Amino acid sequence: MTDLSSAFSKAIKLLIDLEPALVEIVQLSLSVSLSAVLLASLIGMPLGAVLGLFRFPGRGVVVSILNALMGLPPVVAGLFIYLLLSRAGPLGEYGLLFTPAAMVIAQTLLVLPIVAALTRQTVVDLNDEYAEQLHSLRVGPFAMIATLLWEGRYSLLTAVLAGFGRAIAEVGAVIIVGGNINHVTRVMTTTIALETSKGDLDLALGLGMVLLLIVFTINGVALGAQHLARRGQA
Amino acid sequence: MQYTKCRVLIAVLLACGAWSAAAAERYITVASTTSTENSGLFARLLPAFTEKTDIAVRVVAVGTGQAIKLARNGDTDVLFVHHRASEEKFVAEGFGVQRFDVMYNDFVIIGPGSDPAGVKGMNNATEALRTIAARQAPFASRGDDSGTHKKELALWRDAGVDVGAASGSWYRETGSGMGATLNVASGMGAYVLSDRATWLKFKNKGELAILVEDDSQLVNQYGIILVNPARHPHVKRADGQTFIDWVLSADGQSLINFYTIDGQQAFFANAK
Repeated sequence: MTDLSSAFSKAIKLLIDLEPALVEIVQLSLSVSLSAVLLASLIGMPLGAVLGLFRFPGRGVVVSILNALMGLPPVVAGLFIYLLLSRAGPLGEYGLLFTPAAMVIAQTLLVLPIVAALTRQTVVDLNDEYAEQLHSLRVGPFAMIATLLWEGRYSLLTAVLAGFGRAIAEVGAVIIVGGNINHVTRVMTTTIALETSKGDLDLALGLGMVLLLIVFTINGVALGAQHLARRGQA
Repeated sequence: MQYTKCRVLIAVLLACGAWSAAAAERYITVASTTSTENSGLFARLLPAFTEKTDIAVRVVAVGTGQAIKLARNGDTDVLFVHHRASEEKFVAEGFGVQRFDVMYNDFVIIGPGSDPAGVKGMNNATEALRTIAARQAPFASRGDDSGTHKKELALWRDAGVDVGAASGSWYRETGSGMGATLNVASGMGAYVLSDRATWLKFKNKGELAILVEDDSQLVNQYGIILVNPARHPHVKRADGQTFIDWVLSADGQSLINFYTIDGQQAFFANAK
């Protein structure tokens, strides 16, 4: 109990002091996870739309794989990317291991299935509504994907936020491909793991509270913007 | 909208490029163990080296087993760990150039202050372990193929105890780092083998205390090896060698000796 209350005061102290070391870690966490979400959205949304709109052989298999990958353990994703990027692996020559770029790649792998699967569902629902209209206008496949994604943008925000939540919260993948190197690849979650391993439990929990607050703020801003946009449209 | 997406994509690629550019500072990567990192030694040692040579040192701190695996794959330039037999094997197999002694400290057997097995004050580690096994007192093992874990298994072997058979009962393998295992031991009141530096720095001691120490069997020797450029051509041979030379030099060795935790010397430099 004393640990919990001292963790709370540590969290407040961390926020008040705002030490450069903490700011650096928070910045890296956000830029890695936001980049991963962006990349995953750029790939996952069109992919989800295609899976939702068009019938082709093997589609069911792809959808099942995507759904299963939503449960991909981060440590497995990290291991997979490590084996790809290791000097002994197929992409080793690029020297990406233990860099933020490697962390972005690993988190993209984690986020992509969530964004794609949720996009697919959104597009399927919208298509039920718009199919006749789009057909009568003889809209081509690309325009159709673009239209439905645009119409579904508010629902898709939820998909993006779900993906961001997964990226910013995971530790298993980034600690393997990033190596938790101080000032280079150390992010919020790996710092929390490190402080826990040093037995500094209240500092670790305090950092956890700061992380939660950041995620909470980002969600609040995104949902607030969505609300305003909707009202503007009505 | 397509155009916007393209721009966003380009921005992302540029951002990744900026990271790679930031990575263009002169640096080497060192695979080392959690004990050297968690003890705070590197935080003291590395800035002095970087100031002198302008070479930054990026440390990936994992268990000795994993550190050796990273170095074997050529993912780091230097290996700095603490399990002599594995280090010598690493060099013999051609993955490393040459192994040097750097420093030592010692392992200690830690346990609950109430000491249910009654090993406090023993100065023979194997005898203490045999006693713990006979009483079936809970023992938390790293179980992660780290240097400390290998040392612990060697001590059990010398004690003639088959811990594999007891795994899951009184012998509990955490499969985690030293700190995480100390957290477990603290939580369940278990005995545990730890390196002294990590223990001194550890903040969640709870009821735990050092019960057995000062046995020559408990010496913990650290070695340093340059990953073999003949095997992995991208290894930063010159800068890695500069780092090794500096650690073994009078400067590096005296900094190691001067590093204290709570007023106690944490490592004893012994480069030849």
